[in-house]
Amino acid sequence: MIFEAMLFYLFATVTVGAALGVVFSRNPVHSVMFLVLTFFNSAILWLMAEAEFLAIVLVLVYVGAVMVLFLFVIMMLEVNVEAVKRGLTRYAPLAIAIALIMVIELIQLIWLRSRDVQISSSFAPTPEGYDNTKALGAVLYTEHVYAFEIAAVILLLAIVAAITLTMRKRPGLKVQDIGKQVAVRAKDRIRIVKMDAEKKQ
Amino acid sequence: MYSYYLTIVLAPLFAAIVAGLFGHKIGRTGAHLITIGAVGLSCLLSFLVLYRMYWGGAEPENIGVYTWAVTDGLHMEVGFLVDRLTVLMMAVVTFVSLMVHVYTIGYMHDDPGYQRFFSYISLFTFSMLMLVMSNNFLQLFFGWEAVGLVSYLLIGFWFKRETAIFANLKAFLVNRVGDFGFILGIAAIVTFTGSLDYATVFGQAGDVAAQSIEVFPGSPWNAMTLICILLFIGAMGKSAQAPLHVWLPDSMEGPTPISALIHAATMVTAGIFMVARMSPLFELSTMALAVVIVIGAITAFFMGLLGIVQNDIKRVVAYSTLSQLGYMTVALGASAYGAAIFHLMTHAFFKALLFLAAGSVIIAMHHEQDIRKMGGIRKYMPITYWTSLVGSLALIGFPGTAGFFSKDLLIEAVKESHWHGQGAVYWIAYLSVLLGVFVTALYSFRMFFLVFHGEERMDKATKSHLHEPPWVVTVPLIMLAIPSLAIGWFTVEPVLFGGFFGDAIVVDQGRDVLANMGEHWHGPAALLMHAWQTPVFWLAMAGLATAVYLYLLRPDLPAKIKAKVEGLYNLLDRKYYFDDLYIKGFAAWGRNIGRTLWQRGDEFLIDGVLVNGTANSVGKLAVVMRQLQSGYLYTYAFAMIIGLTMFLGWLIWFR
Amino acid sequence: MIGLHHYLTLSAMLFVLSIAGIIINRRNLILLLMCIELMLLAVNFNFIAFSRYLGDETGQVFVFFILTVAAAEAAIGLAILVVLFRTRRSIDVQELNRMKG
Repeated sequence: MIFEAMLFYLFATVTVGAALGVVFSRNPVHSVMFLVLTFFNSAILWLMAEAEFLAIVLVLVYVGAVMVLFLFVIMMLEVNVEAVKRGLTRYAPLAIAIALIMVIELIQLIWLRSRDVQISSSFAPTPEGYDNTKALGAVLYTEHVYAFEIAAVILLLAIVAAITLTMRKRPGLKVQDIGKQVAVRAKDRIRIVKMDAEKKQ
Repeated sequence: MYSYYLTIVLAPLFAAIVAGLFGHKIGRTGAHLITIGAVGLSCLLSFLVLYRMYWGGAEPENIGVYTWAVTDGLHMEVGFLVDRLTVLMMAVVTFVSLMVHVYTIGYMHDDPGYQRFFSYISLFTFSMLMLVMSNNFLQLFFGWEAVGLVSYLLIGFWFKRETAIFANLKAFLVNRVGDFGFILGIAAIVTFTGSLDYATVFGQAGDVAAQSIEVFPGSPWNAMTLICILLFIGAMGKSAQAPLHVWLPDSMEGPTPISALIHAATMVTAGIFMVARMSPLFELSTMALAVVIVIGAITAFFMGLLGIVQNDIKRVVAYSTLSQLGYMTVALGASAYGAAIFHLMTHAFFKALLFLAAGSVIIAMHHEQDIRKMGGIRKYMPITYWTSLVGSLALIGFPGTAGFFSKDLLIEAVKESHWHGQGAVYWIAYLSVLLGVFVTALYSFRMFFLVFHGEERMDKATKSHLHEPPWVVTVPLIMLAIPSLAIGWFTVEPVLFGGFFGDAIVVDQGRDVLANMGEHWHGPAALLMHAWQTPVFWLAMAGLATAVYLYLLRPDLPAKIKAKVEGLYNLLDRKYYFDDLYIKGFAAWGRNIGRTLWQRGDEFLIDGVLVNGTANSVGKLAVVMRQLQSGYLYTYAFAMIIGLTMFLGWLIWFR
Repeated sequence: MIGLHHYLTLSAMLFVLSIAGIIINRRNLILLLMCIELMLLAVNFNFIAFSRYLGDETGQVFVFFILTVAAAEAAIGLAILVVLFRTRRSIDVQELNRMKG
């Protein structure tokens, strides 16, 4: 138990540290790397909360796809690192103030207000033979199947939207227009000219 | 009979619509043919109805034609009440209207608005018939306003004249005052009886008279007195009783046939008719009758005085009309409704005649209306001269003429009236009508002599064209002169003493002067024989003699007298300063209020503060608010975060 | 022991950090997007913690959908970013005030 707690604190510390890195790092690439670290640690913590499926999904989808996407974009766009630096310090006090207020509020909410409510300090153990993925699937494909379908459509939409947005026609590209080729009629192409027969000389 | 009544009413309306809307298609001849045809038909049928009612013994009829609306138990209907009072009015209205229609052919001959004019006068005939034939207050009010409308249209017939527009507006505004009272009266009737129908209202009159209402806090009025005075205010507007008389002289801006038809013979008598029609109500309120008689007396005498100083031929006749309307009102106040209606009838004939004769002179003089520029026209226009003489004699009540019977008996009725013991009211009324006779004779013959006798004061060009107008003008004159002379002989007895009106007019037993007088009635001939014994006759003769002396024998005297009594002359010349009071007083006051409301209320408050002010303040607010809309993404994000923080804080600390 | 409170606290810290990041990073739109991802992660933490605490899988289903939508959002957001950079040659948030009327 103590070991588990130690693990939690360890990974939690790394998570927060990585998050700090995301926010305060000056190079966007570093930021992305810190974010990846955050996600990894989060996945571990989720595992500890026995949400195995989601932990895996987080790593696969987020780290594997989304973060790579971020990285690609950052590499594609040449961002001026120097300019980013200047902006950082200017608004830091404001950010810290807001963050502090938020922290106070959240501590109040989580630790002080819930004192009256009887909350067991640790999670109840899961029943024997509990399979997180199976349980999730059982709910997802029955109760939430409609939302699931919508999520699928949203993903499709995202694909279409992303492609449409970023696609551009480059001039001078030689391509066939099949529709035009099919629509061609003979009289558009050939002109028959009547001429008088010429005498042989 | 039902179809007769409908035809009588609708034929002029049909003609008015045709002549008005299709005037250009049917042309001038078509317009006058169709309107005269329609009014002729109405006139014929009216006389037929009169005949059946009078000699055939037909019963009065109360017919509902059409229910327009029923709301909250209040029936709004169109209906005809044809009793003897109505029939008499119908005959007078259609007859005079027919004469005026014919006369108009000659008078309006060169006017570009020929068809329009015929359309208007036909429409007027329709409206007036609706008014007199009505069996309920709503239709009465409809007819009341419709005749008013046509009156305004016709006063402003020559709408390019500044003065005509002014007179038009004046008539409209002054009549609004009267109509306001009238509609309040109708509203009071509906309040107390819950009905618009004459029969129902008259049936409940006794109950209403027993109630009282607080007009001002702490001063209870008898409900019937209130109703009657309000209705009489309406009559004052329409029948031009002082102090709402100011519009009538100015209405002479309209074409002369209109002055004859609307502003002398028919429309202005609508008030008289209405009060007579409402006799079951007025009889229940002595107070209201006192108001009626005093107002009538003031009008009869003082308006007559103004006739003496007027120089416009039509205005003289107009003031005479005012004065005669005053006589009728006095008769109403004396509960001698029969005498009032009788005088209304005879007056319709001779006053229409006088107006048409004046119009005839005006045509001949090429629309010159100033009697100081006339004189000696007698020999150029014999028919006009003689018919005018008949009219003037009838007006002053010369023995034997229609005016003699009506006026003599009217004054007799006032003398014998139930007001006898009541001091001031009686003497005001009696002296006014008595002295009015002298004044009437004086101004009538002053005008008559100035126009037809004496030296010829017109210019050469006019004189060379002086001749009798065409037959369409003279025939109506003669047609009107006949009843002016003769109608009194055979109508006086049945109308006044023969119980002609039957149930149409209700008079309280104790003050039925006409019934009392009827006991000493020995026929018109006897009345004529004793004419010289009455002060009326001698006053009329004195007036006539004064006119003869001043305007025939010593034409230089009037100017001297005028110089002597300049203050009095100015008072009369300025019409007792009524116009000044209204125009500089009420009208200016009203305009000031209007201007204040316009500038302060409308332009400043509504336009400035409310409408534009709202827009401006929104605009100013937006100028401030748009500073928040920087367009930077982080501003919005920041706003969201702050909002979130505050919401969370509220959730934690304040909830 | 490790319980609900610990997870919630961790989630709160991530959330607050991401808010600070949004305020601080005004120069780079990509960082802004990353902060939003971080914020979503914090939310997901909450869901998973409560799901575990209550023994109800619905919370995890929510996380699943949030991940889906966040992925889509990231894809489209980055696509927009690319288009933006193509047209303006910059992704500096402080220069993006076209929305101002």
